[in-house]
Amino acid sequence: MTAQQHPPATKPMITARDLTMAYDSFVVMRDLNFEIAEKDIFIIMGSSGCGKSTLMRHLIGLQEPAKGTILYGDKDFTATDPAERGAFTRRFGVMYQSGALWSSLTLAENIALPIEENTRMTHKAIRDLASYKLSLVGLSGYEDYYPSQISGGMNKRAGIARAMALDPEILFLDEPGAGLDPLSSRRLDELILRLRDSLGSTVVIVTHELASILAIANNSIFLDTATRTQGATGNPSELRKHSENPAVRLFLNRGEQPETPTEIPT
Amino acid sequence: MANFHIPFPRGKACPDVIFLRYEDMSKSDALPSARWTKADDKVVLEISGDWLRDGPPPKIHGPASHQAPDRYVTTELGTFDSILPAFILAQFRTANPPTGTPLEPSMEGLPAGLIGLLELALAVPEEIDANKDAPATSEIKKLGKASIRVWESLHQVADFTGQAVISMGRFVTGRAHFRAQDFWAIVQECGVQALPIVSLISFLIGLILAFVGNVQLANFGAGLYVADLVGIAMVREMGVVMTAIIMSGRTGAAFAAHIGSMKVNEEIDALRTFGFNPFDFLVLPRLLALILMLPILTIYANIVGILGGMLVGATVGIPPVLYWNETLSSLDMTTASLGVFKSVFFGAVIALSGCLEGMKCENSSAGVGKATTRAVVASITAIIVLDSGFAAIFTILDI
Ligand SMILES: Nc1ncnc2c1ncn2[C@@H]1O[C@H](COP(=O)(O)OP(=O)(O)O)[C@@H](O)[C@H]1O
Ligand SMILES: [Mg+2]
Repeated sequence: MTAQQHPPATKPMITARDLTMAYDSFVVMRDLNFEIAEKDIFIIMGSSGCGKSTLMRHLIGLQEPAKGTILYGDKDFTATDPAERGAFTRRFGVMYQSGALWSSLTLAENIALPIEENTRMTHKAIRDLASYKLSLVGLSGYEDYYPSQISGGMNKRAGIARAMALDPEILFLDEPGAGLDPLSSRRLDELILRLRDSLGSTVVIVTHELASILAIANNSIFLDTATRTQGATGNPSELRKHSENPAVRLFLNRGEQPETPTEIPT
Repeated sequence: MANFHIPFPRGKACPDVIFLRYEDMSKSDALPSARWTKADDKVVLEISGDWLRDGPPPKIHGPASHQAPDRYVTTELGTFDSILPAFILAQFRTANPPTGTPLEPSMEGLPAGLIGLLELALAVPEEIDANKDAPATSEIKKLGKASIRVWESLHQVADFTGQAVISMGRFVTGRAHFRAQDFWAIVQECGVQALPIVSLISFLIGLILAFVGNVQLANFGAGLYVADLVGIAMVREMGVVMTAIIMSGRTGAAFAAHIGSMKVNEEIDALRTFGFNPFDFLVLPRLLALILMLPILTIYANIVGILGGMLVGATVGIPPVLYWNETLSSLDMTTASLGVFKSVFFGAVIALSGCLEGMKCENSSAGVGKATTRAVVASITAIIVLDSGFAAIFTILDI
């Protein structure tokens, strides 16, 4: 399971052009330019508070860019009307940073609700589907638990299961690895790769977990707090060794800066 | 031959977004079906057609086996999404009740992509539901559980009230610790900011009492006694009860929601680990603020109610000065202080039930909603019950 086995990237699926993100007059990041191809596993990385979640919210249309555009295929996502945008976002699966499970529903009901809303499957089939999604994240048997009855890491995994409920074309995960033990985290990596390979999903992940970044990603963007713009884009395994931006190398080597970029021990 | 195919029409909606699915292009739309067969003592499951969420529901042929299939035949299988692995997983699960060890069923004959997903789904054994509350089965058991809950909540109320008294003791001896700013903010919130609603309601109550009273008393030519009726009713009962009910809806609910969401965010645990007593820090300022403000609001409500009656009096020909004098003559100091005396207790009841429900709130946003509801119901019930208790006591004491 390495990034190198990934099939060559096809045409871009998501394109950001000169994207500037701001909260009123506070500019979070400016002039972002990057492309996410079909079947990419794309990582958004950067120090905390640099605007990773904000970028994700822009990509799924929860926030409007201050400047610039986001294209899905050739279509300008920022200019579409709400109805069309609804049809778009139905093909996204999103896991929010805090899990955001509906606390009055059990885990199975959390997953079943979007399925009931969007399909005409039978009750039994929906239940089986929910159990299957939960078992993919290692939570089989927890169907009838409420989110308040399970741990934070389990909430996170259930959030991932809910994001996958409708077999989304693009899966957005905001810090899925935070709060997971190393084994669950590794299983999650494997799950992401398998989803990409069997269903052809594109996966956009906000994460700091170096091990999983290097294991699964084939594309990434590094948001640089110092300059308030992108530090680098590309395959993190290569950026780690050859990036011209010292901040990127530092980040991908846990702050151990070697003398010259090419002499990084592996 | 495996291929990626675009099932969405390249039409208006989102032509450029492509939904990819694993599929075999050699087959066209076929109804999904699963057929159980037996060959040489081996259970075989034959899966065919397109297994899609938005397609027709799959047809199951043959008697479903109690055993997981030993082998699969998937030569006729077309496109599929998650519903196929979900179906197969459900077959495994029905055949093998959870034991706590990973299942390792045969997956012979399944496509590679599917095996990968199923292995992942089976990697962690199913949790055996040991610690879930079994639902009460018989009516007697339900009754028993309900009675235990009632007993427990009475116990909690007693416990909480006790803590409140001890905390007040610490306050009096200067050992209780809370932020003075918090206290004044709460005083403002449940005092000045409640004036508009209290004014409106008590004015209208005074008005209503006067109208009803006037209709009856005018029959006997005793219209002037409307002033006595409104005055006594307001000052003894209506002023204090209405104010208390308004405040439990307004302030008691706010206390429960605030403390409840603090509990959900583990803010209360954070207070505790820094050595604060959450009771002194959160409950005490609220309790003191309401004990202080409810009597003041009650006096205010009494006066506004009497003014409401006076307005009705003026419209039926009782001059305001006469009305005022009549009211004053009907009220003595004891009567006037009864309502205020009760309001101290009602204030304590509202603050305590709001804080108690907040403190025992479940860790979820739904829990906050329930806590708020319970706080309001509990405090209104307690107010009415206490008030009837007071009525009985005052009757016996003849005041
Ligand atoms: N709703 C908001 N209003 C104003 N500023 C915000 C808001 N949300 C986040 N920010 C600011 O935007 C920046 C990026 O936040 P965020 O995207 O959440 O960071 P992270 O990279 O840790 O996910 C932070 O400096 C934060 O203070
Ligand atoms: Mg974030």
